[in-house]
Amino acid sequence: MAATALRLTGITKRFPGVLACDSIDLTIDPGTVHALLGENGAGKTTLMNVLSGRYRPDAGEISVAGRLVQFRSPKDALRSGIGMVHQHLMLVGTHTVAENVALGLDAPRVLLRRRRLDDEVRSLAERYGLPVDPHARIDELSLGQQQRVEILKLLHRNADVLILDEPTAVLTPAEVDGLFATLRRLVREGRSVVFITHKLEEVMEIADRITVLRRGRVVADLTPAQVDSRRELARLMVGREVVLGVEREPVPLGDPVLELRNCAGEDARGHCAFRRISFAVRHGEVLSIVGVAGNGQTELVSAITGGSRFSSGQALLFGKPLGRGGRAAAEAVGYIPEDRTGTGSAPGLDLTDNLLLTTYRRFCRWGWLQRKAAGRLTEDALARFRVAAPGPQALARQLSGGNLQKLILARELSKDPRLIVAEHPTHGLDIGATVEVWDELLRQRSRAGILLMSGDLAEVFALSDRIAVIFRGEIMGTFSAADPDAVAEIGPMMAGVLQE
Amino acid sequence: MMRLRLERRPVPPRANRWGGYGVAVVAAFCMGGVVFLLAGANPFAAYAAMANGVFGSLDDLAEVVVKAIPLVLCGLAVAVAAKIRLWNVGGEGQLVLGGIGASAVALFLAPRLPASGVLPLMLVAAFLTGGLWALLAGLLKAKLAVNEILTTLMLNYVAILWLEHLYFGPWRDPMGMGFPGTAMFPDAARLPRLLGTRIHFGIVLGLTAAVLLLAALSRTRWGYEMRVIGESPKAAQYAGMPINRTILWAMFLSGGLAGLAGMGEASGIHYRLQQGLAVGYGYTGIIVAALARLHPGGIVLAALFIAGILVGGEQLQTVMHLPASVGLVLEATLLFFVLGSDYFSQYRICRRTPTP
Repeated sequence: MAATALRLTGITKRFPGVLACDSIDLTIDPGTVHALLGENGAGKTTLMNVLSGRYRPDAGEISVAGRLVQFRSPKDALRSGIGMVHQHLMLVGTHTVAENVALGLDAPRVLLRRRRLDDEVRSLAERYGLPVDPHARIDELSLGQQQRVEILKLLHRNADVLILDEPTAVLTPAEVDGLFATLRRLVREGRSVVFITHKLEEVMEIADRITVLRRGRVVADLTPAQVDSRRELARLMVGREVVLGVEREPVPLGDPVLELRNCAGEDARGHCAFRRISFAVRHGEVLSIVGVAGNGQTELVSAITGGSRFSSGQALLFGKPLGRGGRAAAEAVGYIPEDRTGTGSAPGLDLTDNLLLTTYRRFCRWGWLQRKAAGRLTEDALARFRVAAPGPQALARQLSGGNLQKLILARELSKDPRLIVAEHPTHGLDIGATVEVWDELLRQRSRAGILLMSGDLAEVFALSDRIAVIFRGEIMGTFSAADPDAVAEIGPMMAGVLQE
Repeated sequence: MMRLRLERRPVPPRANRWGGYGVAVVAAFCMGGVVFLLAGANPFAAYAAMANGVFGSLDDLAEVVVKAIPLVLCGLAVAVAAKIRLWNVGGEGQLVLGGIGASAVALFLAPRLPASGVLPLMLVAAFLTGGLWALLAGLLKAKLAVNEILTTLMLNYVAILWLEHLYFGPWRDPMGMGFPGTAMFPDAARLPRLLGTRIHFGIVLGLTAAVLLLAALSRTRWGYEMRVIGESPKAAQYAGMPINRTILWAMFLSGGLAGLAGMGEASGIHYRLQQGLAVGYGYTGIIVAALARLHPGGIVLAALFIAGILVGGEQLQTVMHLPASVGLVLEATLLFFVLGSDYFSQYRICRRTPTP
């Protein structure tokens, strides 16, 4: 087997308004498990999509065994021995395991040599400890089994570098052990594995080398031996630099605007996503809930903002049970969702239509929409929030990430909310836009209580009065932001470590 | 190495759009000329025959308008659903049901009603029957996520079989000497004709519907919800819009409009329910809506244009002795080129040399 040393130099990838990868250098040695660690939106997946030929970089180069290469498609990358297992598996559900392995093979142009293929799949499966029946239909398999099929696909094409994007997210603990055993066998043969994750325990268990990304840049490149503690990794991942130019004057506290008492909720698959959650957000304060992505934050926000329901517990909005306060209560909640292009805005509609998205009920008279009034409001909002846009007729798609976020903020604040729920409000924004969003949120404390969901500690410390840490759906502790020990304690708590 | 690639335009340029339209129509007619050549006819003579069939006399022109009436209504029907990303290809069946609904009133209730009440009641009946027929598919879509393209299409066959059952069976005119059709409608159930031609009052219905729809889509709360749901269902959900309810309303309205087309045919042209009610206006409505890019005003123009090709196409048969299907090929060619130009108004071809 040819050992492939892989080198990425100066990889830069830009999406409209977001710099996903900013001049990243990375070397992947043969026979290693290389962990790529970072928060959601740190650029891990984008970087690996560049490496596996799905995206083309805007700048930078890739070399395999000292030779420069350019990938136009995943097929090109696979020809150089690089393959990726995506987080959302890419299999044909109605076909069998063997047929999926055969999919995209160059060799059989007309006839599939089924028996030979079955044998090949079976022997690969045995050799690497990936038990699956070649005749099973994909949609009859569990996600863990489907993932094995994806790995078999790459092995059947003789990939030397296997990129796995958050492979453990869909696995049970026993399956994780099985996967790790397979990965160890692969690297023993001289192949390399790139393992994208934000779970620290896994990194420490399996990785030979660790690269930490934050906001599209490499912030650390180490071996597990160089890592003193998981706490340090957590800190590297979420950042700790205290931030420039945000002034926080204390605001007198008022009544609680949102109060949760022993609340629990489920994810889309019906599994418990969070439980025993109790906290109150008072008028005039910012309460942050920090945690590594995937610890129940999304489901918690969905239940608070009415996208789903709490399965138990008591939730009070403005002192009344959640959902019983009528339209007025629902409209006094400003919600800045994490996904600003798909959920928070409609990309193909103009800015006035986008400003109306959550406010249109106020602009209705007898079923008629007051578009003129809405257009004037849009113009005011564009000016007041300094949104760089050609005008209210521009399409939301034309705006950069930062300008779109300012538009969403303007819309949600125009409702005069008494509770603001902001999910990762500055994720992917440049520093200028970030500070503007922060300033505006802080100004709102005099009119509302703010619940901030974030994985970025810099942001959390810039904005919060109090900080609650969530891990595996439970709140591990709550700190005052003024507490000098808070910074030191929050990192490990996010990693699930209470004492170390 | 130089490569060509497609790139999305940030904003579809307006000038390009109309220019592209013109180019597409000219290209389609050139392509149609090739089809005429292949069919063994002189393309210039064929187009001349078509033009003569359309503009030859006032009656010919009126015939274009007569055919455009159901096309406007069916095109609007397709557009209402398509605005919310639903593909209602069941206009034909909804048109038939509308015809049946209107005929039921004309045949059985008219004698018991004051004369001035008959037509309004037929209108309501046609809208309701067409709308409810489409609502069947809408309910399946909203409640069970059943693909509406399949259900609306299949309901067409059911509707046409019902129609045949009625005029061959229980509703057949006992005095009709075996003619497959119902009795003639009483005078009170016939739509008035205009200007001494075959153009009937349905044209007022079609134009009114187009204006109302245009206003509803751009100016009302309901239209706004439709646009957001069609553009981004996730954003609509985030905004708390009643997605399922809007799907149901859109399907009902869509079917209702097609139903009005059925009433127009039955009570404006045939004055009875008979064979010839389902001649494909429901399907051609899809082409009309696509040509007009779902714009209600454009639908009126596109309907007149397609109706012109239909009427002109008849001349190909009678004067040029070409098969009737040549007209259909011309229709398809137009659609092909216009949709193609639509694509290039949103994407552009770029040259790109890979960075070394």
